[in-house]
Amino acid sequence: MAFEGLADRLQSTIKKITGKGKVSEQDVKEMTREVRLALLEADVNFKVVKDLIKRIKERAVGQEVMESLTPGQQVIKVVKEELTALMGGEQSKIAVSDRPPTVIMMVGLQGAGKTTTSGKLANHLRKKHNRSPLLVACDVYRPAAIKQLETLGEQLSMPVFSQGTEANPVDIATEALAKAKEEHNDYVIIDTAGRLHVDTDLMDELEQIKAKVKPDEIFLVVDAMTGQDAVNVAESFNEQLDITGVVLTKLDGDTRGGAALSIKAVTDKPIKFAGMGEKLDELEAFHPERMASRILGMGDVLSLIEKAQENVNEKQVKELEEKMRTMSFTFDDFLEQMGQVRKMGPLDDLISMLPGANKVKGLKNAQLDEKQISQVEAIIQSMTKQERQEPEVINASRKKRIAKGSGTTVSQVNRLLKQFSEMKKMMKQMTNMQKGKKGKGMNFPFM
Amino acid sequence: MGFMDKLKSKFKQNKETEEVSEKYKDGMKKTRNTFSSKINDLIARYRSVDEDFFEELEEVLITADVGVMTVMDLIEELKMEVKRRNIKDTREVKDVISEKLVEIYYGDDDQEIEELNLQENDLTVILVVGVNGVGKTTSIGKLANQLKEDGKNVVLAAGDTFRAGAIEQLEVWGERAGVDVIKQSAGSDPAAVIFDGIRAAKSRNADVLICDTAGRLQNKVNLMNELAKVKRVIEREIPGAPHEVLLVLDATTGQNALSQAKTFSEATNVTGIVLTKLDGTAKGGIVLAIRNELNIPVKFVGLGEKVEDLQKFDANAFVYGLFADLMDTEQ
Repeated sequence: MAFEGLADRLQSTIKKITGKGKVSEQDVKEMTREVRLALLEADVNFKVVKDLIKRIKERAVGQEVMESLTPGQQVIKVVKEELTALMGGEQSKIAVSDRPPTVIMMVGLQGAGKTTTSGKLANHLRKKHNRSPLLVACDVYRPAAIKQLETLGEQLSMPVFSQGTEANPVDIATEALAKAKEEHNDYVIIDTAGRLHVDTDLMDELEQIKAKVKPDEIFLVVDAMTGQDAVNVAESFNEQLDITGVVLTKLDGDTRGGAALSIKAVTDKPIKFAGMGEKLDELEAFHPERMASRILGMGDVLSLIEKAQENVNEKQVKELEEKMRTMSFTFDDFLEQMGQVRKMGPLDDLISMLPGANKVKGLKNAQLDEKQISQVEAIIQSMTKQERQEPEVINASRKKRIAKGSGTTVSQVNRLLKQFSEMKKMMKQMTNMQKGKKGKGMNFPFM
Repeated sequence: MGFMDKLKSKFKQNKETEEVSEKYKDGMKKTRNTFSSKINDLIARYRSVDEDFFEELEEVLITADVGVMTVMDLIEELKMEVKRRNIKDTREVKDVISEKLVEIYYGDDDQEIEELNLQENDLTVILVVGVNGVGKTTSIGKLANQLKEDGKNVVLAAGDTFRAGAIEQLEVWGERAGVDVIKQSAGSDPAAVIFDGIRAAKSRNADVLICDTAGRLQNKVNLMNELAKVKRVIEREIPGAPHEVLLVLDATTGQNALSQAKTFSEATNVTGIVLTKLDGTAKGGIVLAIRNELNIPVKFVGLGEKVEDLQKFDANAFVYGLFADLMDTEQ
């Protein structure tokens, strides 16, 4: 398949080797070629790939891999470590100025997602850091860009400073700063117009704004789907503005996100945040280690746990774990979980964070939308207590009754029952894995 | 006469083509410089055609965001061709490279499908789709302007009811072009807006209805279903419509553009591509990949911010723009 992820590519490559007891130099050569192609296909910049492959080759040919009992796993480990190193150390924090307000400038190409990210960042600062930001509309070029920021401000009940499209962006930014001091806003987020890195006039404008407002942070907003050019864009913006960090957007798409790998390597500026969805709370701190895992299909258990902790209390988690382990997970628990999951975000997001989830048949397509979730709730609520505890007793006539009661069809009831039993199986496999056993029929090369 | 000379002579035929070509040459200056200077550099460095040479060539093509599959095919073909013609000198291989690349650009398509499928005496419905931030609304604004100047009666439907400010953005373009914009309030059902748009276009005897839609990432199943529904509404109201489904792609996008083209095609049967932001990128390679792997024609390219910078895709001019340097250095 042409569109499989980097993880699948690497896994199928490794599979060729794993059966073998020993890895020859020829094997390593063949494998690094595959890794190289996979990385290039993932839009990782070719210069970065070259360096990376060189290091992987050295380590792979060395004792580390050749003498290992599980060369395949060892190679993945090496690749993952190198990828993580490439993306830089742990995530960086957002600056706080000693003399408020702290000024953040958002810059980038057209359509990267600056305005949306400005809104998300403001929301993040208020929610996670208890700050009161002022949004500043400096995009006077794109039609309705100011309106867009104002609407976001309304949705968030946050102030937006704008002076229409006739004003000069440099003046708007300067006056916004004075306004923020007056109103005691401790953060100022300046949304600028999208521009090409080769457009000298508009790049000069950014330099002028920078000189006037002396920002504490300049975030370059980059579309995660960007191809080989990501590096040139990041390099130009960095050279001219000395950016302090990068925000990667649209990372919730199916892009392999190679741009993330390259930007840090080339600019040496950290990726601080990642845009993970269209809602205004879907901005996450960027974790290089987790991102490497995610690209490699090793799941993002850490993020999942963090998300869960935000929404679920610990006692509930322990109970759930116990239920998963003993297979006594019922539709009642499912109903309860669904309520909590709904708070966490889209189901497919969560599923994609589970290790090996992309390998489990049926789960890949188990995407539920919000409407479907309501239907599922209705179906479960139409079950008797016994049915919820022991779904095995649900026969044809019971199905008919449930469908009628929930305003759905028998096939929908069937689908839910099937999904539920698949989920139970998956849970069993996962809990088995935690105990050190391997799930039957599933291969987790990283576990 | 060499192959490139033939291509070149095509552009000397009349002044009009020359002007178009100049526009491409200008707009794609960066694309061309990077791409062909790299090939030239490669040829200068290697004297003989060997494995290392092909490996580096592979890299140059991949760096131009040409799809990895396409590159692999191309390299295979090149290797065979080099063997067949018994080429040893890298300078001779240049001609073969250009030839093969051009072959992919032209594909089996005739020029006809690069034209918009406009109905003669009836309403033409154009549905515009794509991921977030590629330039759908801007492209619609430019397209409406051009169609209006061609004497068409155009109506726009503001089907992006999700993104903040999207409706207002389309309205500004509508004002600029002097065409009507059919809208509902933000958050309303896009299919209903499009339905209204069709009714309005019919009652106003419009020639063209262009439907804007919200940007969506192609892996969001619900949102893709929503798009399929919009298309069904159009089909139901006007048999044979939409006459065009244009997928807007950002030229800076990497390999993911292929996934976009594939998934959007599955949901809405894409008939053509609008390739935006081609003026700022060092790439153009993704066009090669899409034509080779999915056989969807490019109908428009965005070469700048101005209304007239949305150009009908001209494969000849595009190839000329891409290879102008290769041709010049041959002399």
